[in-house]
Amino acid sequence: MAEYRPPLTDLRFALEHVVGYPEISALPGYEHADLDTVVELLESYGEFVTKVIAPTNRIGDTEGVQYHPDGSVTVPQAFKDAYRTYVETGWGSVPMPQEFGGEGFPRTVGLAMQEMITSANMSFALGPLLTQGAIEALTAVGTEELQRRFLPKMVTGEWAGTMNLTEPQAGSDVGALTTRAVPREDGTYAITGQKIFISFGEHDLTDQIVHLVLARTPDAPEGTRGISCFVVPKFLVNEDGTLGERNGVRALSVEHKMGIHGSPTCVMSYEGATGYLLGEENRGMSIMFIMMNTARTSVGLEGVALAERAYQDALAYAKQRIQGRAPGSSEPSPIIDFPDVRRMLLTQQASIAALRRLILLHGVQVDLSTHHPDAAVRERASEVVALLTPICKSFGSDQGIELTSLALQVHGGSGYIEETGVAQHYRDARIAAIYEGTNGIQAADLVGRKLPVRDGASALEFIEQLQALDSDLAGAGEDFAAIRSQLETQLGTLKRTTQWMLRTGVSDPRAVLAGSSPYLRMWGLCVCAWLLAKSALAAASVGDESAAEQLVLARFYAQQILPQVSGLESAAVAGADDLYALDAVPVR
Amino acid sequence: MKIVVLVKEVPDTYGDRRLDLETGIVDRAASDAVLDEIGERSLEVALSYADGHPDTEIVLLSMGPESAQASIRRGLAMGASSAVQVVDEALLGADLGLTSEVLAAALQHTGFDLVIAGNESTDGSGGVIPAMLAERLGVPQLTALASVEITDASVSGRRVLDDGVATVSASLPAVISITESLPDARMANIKGIMAAKKKPYEVLSLADLGVVAEREDAPRSIMIAVSERPPRGAGVKIVDEGDAGEQLAEFLVQNRLA
Repeated sequence: MAEYRPPLTDLRFALEHVVGYPEISALPGYEHADLDTVVELLESYGEFVTKVIAPTNRIGDTEGVQYHPDGSVTVPQAFKDAYRTYVETGWGSVPMPQEFGGEGFPRTVGLAMQEMITSANMSFALGPLLTQGAIEALTAVGTEELQRRFLPKMVTGEWAGTMNLTEPQAGSDVGALTTRAVPREDGTYAITGQKIFISFGEHDLTDQIVHLVLARTPDAPEGTRGISCFVVPKFLVNEDGTLGERNGVRALSVEHKMGIHGSPTCVMSYEGATGYLLGEENRGMSIMFIMMNTARTSVGLEGVALAERAYQDALAYAKQRIQGRAPGSSEPSPIIDFPDVRRMLLTQQASIAALRRLILLHGVQVDLSTHHPDAAVRERASEVVALLTPICKSFGSDQGIELTSLALQVHGGSGYIEETGVAQHYRDARIAAIYEGTNGIQAADLVGRKLPVRDGASALEFIEQLQALDSDLAGAGEDFAAIRSQLETQLGTLKRTTQWMLRTGVSDPRAVLAGSSPYLRMWGLCVCAWLLAKSALAAASVGDESAAEQLVLARFYAQQILPQVSGLESAAVAGADDLYALDAVPVR
Repeated sequence: MKIVVLVKEVPDTYGDRRLDLETGIVDRAASDAVLDEIGERSLEVALSYADGHPDTEIVLLSMGPESAQASIRRGLAMGASSAVQVVDEALLGADLGLTSEVLAAALQHTGFDLVIAGNESTDGSGGVIPAMLAERLGVPQLTALASVEITDASVSGRRVLDDGVATVSASLPAVISITESLPDARMANIKGIMAAKKKPYEVLSLADLGVVAEREDAPRSIMIAVSERPPRGAGVKIVDEGDAGEQLAEFLVQNRLA
């Protein structure tokens, strides 16, 4: 297994020349986050995750977490040591709001950091990620009192946070949840019910865990309109900020999972636990949606991060593994000299570079949507964020599985052996397509909620923005001709399919949903190919030393990966008839 | 206590490093640039002393191209108080004599109680700068220390030799150099990086220091020729026809391996 090397050069280039980070650091409130500072910060953070976090990855996988009869859960000692250093060095506070002790860096920077810590150890990285989600919700809608009591120690990482949504009967259908919240005279609520699949629901990394719990008040309307969100701390907090009485929440068990063994996935029981209402009653879903855009993109990023780590392993292996003689060689050859192995490696390299840019682009749009002084710019950025969120989540996590699988394949039989280490990345990657809204739900979100925005104008305008690169490509000469022609063809296909979706959605929503997953993939491929083309153009125009390499990546992607879009069109517009045609056939 | 730590930006040893075959100077674009690890360890010696002595001032001193500033700033983020960088076109490809002359002048400019350097850099591998500095400054030198103890008026440490360990000490001011036996440097964190932006960073030219690079009367190394490292030749095969032992011994002697 190769030691993790943070992809600092590519991150810097992508930030500076592809996704437009300099525009973000010029926004009011981000003056301290200039590119040089960010690069320095990323270098130091890269060193931190390499030295402190990455060595715990294998330990987390093999040791896993322990549930004890008293309801406590312990994580490997190595996690505890690493977490202590994480808190001491203050890295978790970088993208957090300054008023609560954070450094107030843009979301985009947080994403670049998140890629590195997730590559280093996805199970470990999940803890801070969930805390970050809880912080976002508290910052957005918490009362001053709740913020003062909980945020400062969550920002430093001394306290952790969780999200409690899922119940046995309420998975994708959150509206079916039954956990009750009964108001008390003192203004708090008594929370009673059971939650499942709660990541970091219980652990011994921190003294305090602050749960955000979705529950129903007694007279709440049915479905998602009757859900409220509550802050339920593991320990009640005294007036002086110290920890008081144990609250009525405990873990009943931890799950045995396919991957992310170092992340404790808990069944949580609430028995009259004291909860504080977050925001207003029955507004729980909208609070969850505050976090959704960022949390979903972060999950897409998990796919990218694991693909990167697995690719580094595969590349190192392919260079040193000697087998047979490559065509034209008279000496025994490393397998990297064989064409099919090179195809696997280049597919990984190009796809990872593209996905990294996709995720960072999402971050830039989030930052524009929150910090740009012009309301029209903020508005449009919010639309782009909404459109790209399901694409980042689904395409990123699907590719995470496919690319870690390819990395495993490069290892041959050794890849299938656990000691080699690459199998862990493949197992870990699998969850990202499931949690935070399954990828099917994302595709439904894309066609059901995002396409109808302004009767399709939001999506079509974005496609036009992608098509506008054509003039730059035309002016860039023969080197870019193949990229230009493929992009033109496939963006045309995407536009045609989008128009079909918009046309069909009105009369036949089932047909649109039937084609939603292939359609989402078409989007992912097109935006990725566009970003690589943009990147190669930028590298050529600024004379970056990576220009030749970037041209190859963009061309390979455009010519050998992007054409999948044409093949997907047929499934995207096929309708639902065949999917339902066999319903009458009895199960045999 | 004022401690000056010598640091240097070098090509990362992780990747391939190359010389420019026309100038004979290291090709900086060919690899990532990093702060030399032994310089970071030197800084760690100063920082751990400062941990227990809050009135310690730590100055980073470096000579190198302007682009090295990002690497040197890392040292500020790790905890040094200020940095002084000597930047001058005339220093491109400077030899050890000129380098030591410039650094000595810079040290006189900053003032110092103790100078800490690495025993040798990973790029030039000269290993003589600390001694040359001590000579030029007229202060004691303790080189190649595997441990360091600093007091108000003296510095001491262990030097590991082939056949034993020497314990050496000197009164301050002094120049010391350290080996890789000393601990890894602490990592920079976010507070350090943000604080570093406000720390003094002085850039000096040769004129500021009163040093002349091209002096007729000063001996300077001159690059006569540069060539690419020859490709590795085939190994020597010794076939045993009764005299393999002799052949092997001869081979070892010829190649100065025995």
